[in-house]
Amino acid sequence: MDAALIGQGLLSGLLFGGVYSLMAVGLTLIFGVMRVVNFAHGDMMVWGMYLAWMLATRLGVDPYAGFVLCAGGLFVVGFVVQRTLVDRIVDAPHEMQILLMLGVALVLENAALVAFGPDPQRVRSALTASTLWLGPIFVDVGRLVTFGLAVLLTGALYLFLARTPLGRSVRAAADNPYGALVIGTDVRRVYAVAFGIGAACVGAAGALVSPILPFQPAGGLSLSVASFNIVIIGGMGSLLGAFVGGLLVSVAESMGAVFLAPSMKELVSFSLLIAILLFRPAGLFGKGSA
Amino acid sequence: MSTLLRLEGIEVGYGDLTAVREVSLEVRTGEVVALIGGNGAGKTTTLRAITGLLPVRRGVIELDGQRLDGLSPSRIVARGLAHVPEGRQLFPTMTVRENLELGAAGREARARRHETLEWVFRLFPRLQERNRQLAGTLSGGEQQMCAIGRGLMARPRLLMLDEPSLGLAPVVLKTIFETLAEINRTGTTILVVEQNVARALALSHRGYVLENGRIALSGSRDELLASGHIKQAYLGL
Repeated sequence: MDAALIGQGLLSGLLFGGVYSLMAVGLTLIFGVMRVVNFAHGDMMVWGMYLAWMLATRLGVDPYAGFVLCAGGLFVVGFVVQRTLVDRIVDAPHEMQILLMLGVALVLENAALVAFGPDPQRVRSALTASTLWLGPIFVDVGRLVTFGLAVLLTGALYLFLARTPLGRSVRAAADNPYGALVIGTDVRRVYAVAFGIGAACVGAAGALVSPILPFQPAGGLSLSVASFNIVIIGGMGSLLGAFVGGLLVSVAESMGAVFLAPSMKELVSFSLLIAILLFRPAGLFGKGSA
Repeated sequence: MSTLLRLEGIEVGYGDLTAVREVSLEVRTGEVVALIGGNGAGKTTTLRAITGLLPVRRGVIELDGQRLDGLSPSRIVARGLAHVPEGRQLFPTMTVRENLELGAAGREARARRHETLEWVFRLFPRLQERNRQLAGTLSGGEQQMCAIGRGLMARPRLLMLDEPSLGLAPVVLKTIFETLAEINRTGTTILVVEQNVARALALSHRGYVLENGRIALSGSRDELLASGHIKQAYLGL
């Protein structure tokens, strides 16, 4: 096996991992705060991709700038979905939550189908056309920028949660919702903000990946599953776990493509999931029983 | 002394069950008032209703003449009421400092949080030592101090404490009750719910006795201590 090919695989995997991390960070934030699994996560991401596509084709906004608007748009979607729907089932059993979130996913997917048709789309960006060479390894500039921005956004989210009063309230509500209520936190508002931020993460991730991956309305479910997979590997509710898990899964998939076959990447990520569940059921960074 | 908190004939329950009925009580500015009674008498339910955590089915709750019943907990806390709940209910994976700062919820409390934090650290020097430790790793007594400190960070006009003595060693309990007396001397009105009747009455000016969801008895500390019923049922004398 050629060392350059392996190096190429490692680098491509790592760079794409930023997007995986951002998707998983959004999902784990929602789960960590509300104990609700957002099965519409991937479909929200698809909407982020289509928003980037509309901005690019109608207004000529490059997705590497437009991702901010996509994140903002999805924040509103997440906030409204939480306030109007999820808020009713926060304390309900998991199976009821899953039914509702799958319903939201179906509505989002079919709305995209009506609005944009079934054909795959791709957003063009000036950046994706250029490459850099590191010796024998080439670096796709688009992927590099995607990675950089994804890492930056995850870092910004971390700072928001660690340093700002609202961010601290989000963590407090995740830690002990009753305790937060007792000291006068508007927990419903905090929940809506957290859901909005989780959705904004995939909105940004969708926009950032739109020049790299072709997308279509039916792609949401597999993105939801991929995010969920990473969150379990990293440890449910752990932001660091989601971030590291995203990079890990992406590199593993990329290695699978090098050593096995490009179509085998899901095989690799799900094998990783099974291994984690066997040997470390709470996930890499999970705390105790999950 | 003016009336700070007034409950007039409140009824509170869970589903079909009525836990508290026709409870009326009053806390005047500057007082420490004890709400005592056995397990399941409705003490915690009464406090939860005052904070808006449970709906009031009947009756009126007023803080400084303004209606509280029907408002959300966040509105009620903003009116100047802090609730230190049973079991502390801290944020275990956050630091002591973060727990305290989260208590500074209202606008004024947030603006003056540094000053309030210094006061809390003077009252409970142990919290300053444990400043950066995660709240979940504190001992029971330290957790209670942290919960009281978090309540004080709101700069409340009325501090409500639910079973502050629960699960504490006698030495720690003594320290905490001495600090509560000091907090009251510096101008904070206190309503304390306790099963440890001797402790609670020693701290309080007046008290109410809840039995089966109703006020069975009320009076000044000395009246209650002299009551045969209290001696027999609660003090074991």
